[in-house]
Amino acid sequence: MIRFEQVSMRYPGSDRAVLSQVDLHVPEGELCLVIGRTGSGKSTLLKAVNGLVPHFTGGVLSGRVLVAGRDTRDNPPRELADIVGYVGQDPLATFVTDVVEEELAYGMESQGVAPDVMRRRVEETLDLIGMAAVRDRPLVSLSAGQQQRVAIGSVLAAHPRVLVLDEPTSALDPPAAEEVLSLLQRLVHDLGMTVLLAEHRLERVVQYADRVVLVPGHGRPLIVGEPGEVLAAAPVAPPVVELGRLAGWSPLPLSVRDARRQAGGLRDRLEITRRPEVRPPPADGKVIALTRGLIAGYGGVPALRGVDLEVRSGEIVALMGRNGAGKSTLLRTLVGMHRPARGSVTVDGLAPAELRPRDIMQRVGLVPQEPGDLLYAETVGAECAQADRDAGAALGTAAGIFDRLVPGVDLDLHPRDLSEGQRLCLALSVVLAARPPLLLLDEPTRGLDYPGKARLAAALAALSSNGHTIVLATHDVELAAALAHRTIVMAEGEVVSDGPTREVVVSSPAFAPQVAKVLAPAPWLTVAEVAATLQDAG
Amino acid sequence: MNGLPRNLHPGAWWLWAVGLATAASRTTNPLLLVLVLTVAGYVVVSRRSQAPWARAYGFYLKMGLVVIAIRIIFGALFGAPLPGQVLVTLPSIDLPEWAAGVRLGGEVTIEAVLAAVYEGLQLATILACVGAANALANPKRLLKAVPGALYEVGVAVVVALSFSPHLVESVSRVRAARRLRGRHDRGLRGLRGVAMPVLEGALERSVELAAAMDARGFGRRIERDGPRRTSGALTLAGLLGTCVGSYGLLDAHSPPLLGLPLLLLGGALAAGGLAVGGRIAVRSRYRPDPWTRAEWLVTASGLVSAVTLVIVAATGGGGLAPSTSPLEWPLFPVVPTLGVLAGILPAWLAPEPPRSAAAPPSAAATSPARRLEEVG
Repeated sequence: MIRFEQVSMRYPGSDRAVLSQVDLHVPEGELCLVIGRTGSGKSTLLKAVNGLVPHFTGGVLSGRVLVAGRDTRDNPPRELADIVGYVGQDPLATFVTDVVEEELAYGMESQGVAPDVMRRRVEETLDLIGMAAVRDRPLVSLSAGQQQRVAIGSVLAAHPRVLVLDEPTSALDPPAAEEVLSLLQRLVHDLGMTVLLAEHRLERVVQYADRVVLVPGHGRPLIVGEPGEVLAAAPVAPPVVELGRLAGWSPLPLSVRDARRQAGGLRDRLEITRRPEVRPPPADGKVIALTRGLIAGYGGVPALRGVDLEVRSGEIVALMGRNGAGKSTLLRTLVGMHRPARGSVTVDGLAPAELRPRDIMQRVGLVPQEPGDLLYAETVGAECAQADRDAGAALGTAAGIFDRLVPGVDLDLHPRDLSEGQRLCLALSVVLAARPPLLLLDEPTRGLDYPGKARLAAALAALSSNGHTIVLATHDVELAAALAHRTIVMAEGEVVSDGPTREVVVSSPAFAPQVAKVLAPAPWLTVAEVAATLQDAG
Repeated sequence: MNGLPRNLHPGAWWLWAVGLATAASRTTNPLLLVLVLTVAGYVVVSRRSQAPWARAYGFYLKMGLVVIAIRIIFGALFGAPLPGQVLVTLPSIDLPEWAAGVRLGGEVTIEAVLAAVYEGLQLATILACVGAANALANPKRLLKAVPGALYEVGVAVVVALSFSPHLVESVSRVRAARRLRGRHDRGLRGLRGVAMPVLEGALERSVELAAAMDARGFGRRIERDGPRRTSGALTLAGLLGTCVGSYGLLDAHSPPLLGLPLLLLGGALAAGGLAVGGRIAVRSRYRPDPWTRAEWLVTASGLVSAVTLVIVAATGGGGLAPSTSPLEWPLFPVVPTLGVLAGILPAWLAPEPPRSAAAPPSAAATSPARRLEEVG
């Protein structure tokens, strides 16, 4: 179905090849998962399938890419639109119209599908993606999961034979990701569609894959094979696979179900050891942030409905809950970007909304969901210098922090040319230059791969032991499990659960990390904890 | 005869509204003008949907009041003095010799004020007709109805419309983020700090959107340059002709040749251009608004109003322009009145608009039998 023959790709202005001498064959009806580190060339591989690389991006592509027998050399993306459906990471950025039904029809209109056929296919697609009830709703009013489903539906309606998805669930909360994945599974199993899928969140998708393609980066050859074999040696692996590696299980489990069936022995071994050490919440830290009956909203629609919260100095607190539960609003209120409608919020005893920007940044810093919003200089070095001046810190403070977070990045690069993770670290360094005792992060792991996440977790843990208090809003249960002393679950603007992370997440089906699901009822949360326990036990 | 509830083709509403506007442009009789306003208002109230733009008519009426007020003030301050009953005497300013002919202040007569009111009312009525079309026709559907040759322009407008809210949102996001860095949002440097990330973000978004559109088949067409140029030239010439023609038609003082003949010629040219252009594109259209009997009838009713008043005006029929000097009580002339009244027929001829999708959930949950009853 898809055939790469000796494909090499080099972008303009770069002297090293992203892909070199790639040979790959994806047969009809297969779900093929593409994995690899950030910047390894996964997206390039996917975009080469429908000719966006190199027709749209520029650069030199040698070798041949054939899709259903058509060569992408002679067919630009628009001519391949009836064969390949391409879905990107951010559905909102790719919508052309503004109503569900018309978005589904858009591709077919461009391809000149006859009106009666088009009408029929739109109805079929609405049922397939389960959106018939909201067919005439504006796209912006849909939830993130629904939007991604519409984006998939909008390419499906044209009846492509291949579906290419670039990180379709990376930006979604767990329930929304489930919606999208169950749709994908239906496409593969019921319709026999050929799917090529790239994803960072391996724990979500790896059990559905027929084959895994590991893109090692730096132009090294691809590693292709059964999911189990490839993951055994991959630098990126979901926690359940890591647990399997640690326990020496064979074949490696890919899903919680597989692992749980093999985990009997491990559970018994852990049973006789002592419980994992509870990360001590910092002893009698003073209250650094306090909200009482906090109500805040946008244009009369309340996003927070009476939140009472105390954050003590030295704590790491994870804020969880679905999109729109009020997590971001709470963070914005704490940093004074949003004025509470009623109730009180104090940081360090002061109301943040009343403070001057310069005074706020000395007390509390926020890394927003879109770290790029904080950056506007032309080079990384200039950005760091500006941050030092803004914060009144010694020159080189921010650059020093950045270098410790991600060593060896060229300071002359433009911030937009950094990878997602590097950009996040730059924003973090900029905020940290003012040494705020309270640090807030909104969805810090969006778009980060496993090594990137591990580095971020280590950096945050180090900051915490240096006395910073950290509050992070996240969908990432693994990060929360590895890092947070305390987890707060929010729903509909209210706090529904607040307590030590271990107690809150172990029992929850949505927020339990994979290791907890495998080992429940034993309260181990992360592979590192299990490893430490086993080591202690000898 | 209306059939099921549906949206009338937006083009039909616009043609009807232009018909009424043309009728209004031929008379300064305040009674007739108020009748036009009433007719348009009645149709709007009985056939508008629940969409946000459906409230446009009231806004245009208020704008009309402002127009009348401005017309009166200007008439009183600068207008040529009409002899008659003096209402007030404004302090007048004597202008130097070279500005002879220009008057500032002075006597304001009832006749002058009434003349200003009549003319202002005419302008306000034409505006209200545009407002009626805006309230009744879905602007997005109108864009969808553009001919194939103008498709790219239509897409550009649609994309721009959906893009602008994102831009506003991203400006507020970046401004908020600047606070996080301890900056105030003032001055030129602040502007640059906000503009850079916003523009970069917008650029990234548009590149992403372009890639997505390309990947979905946008711009597939048979590559022939000849017809494309012919189509472009014809369409441009046609649109120019239509513009000049409509001006000639609406402005009662321009030479007759500039009016209807030029409008028709322009229309024909544009239609030819669009037809040639339409054949190049391979695209098709999803659920286009049909043009059926109801559309013809609505268009016809607007046309009857327009043609009646144009003919009466051309043949010098009385009652269209009541004299203000000497003062004369305006009357309802029979034929023009009937002509304007023809414009009210869409209130019954047009199909009812479909009820909004955002109906209360209880309505959706009623039994299928109930729903069938409602539809049938």
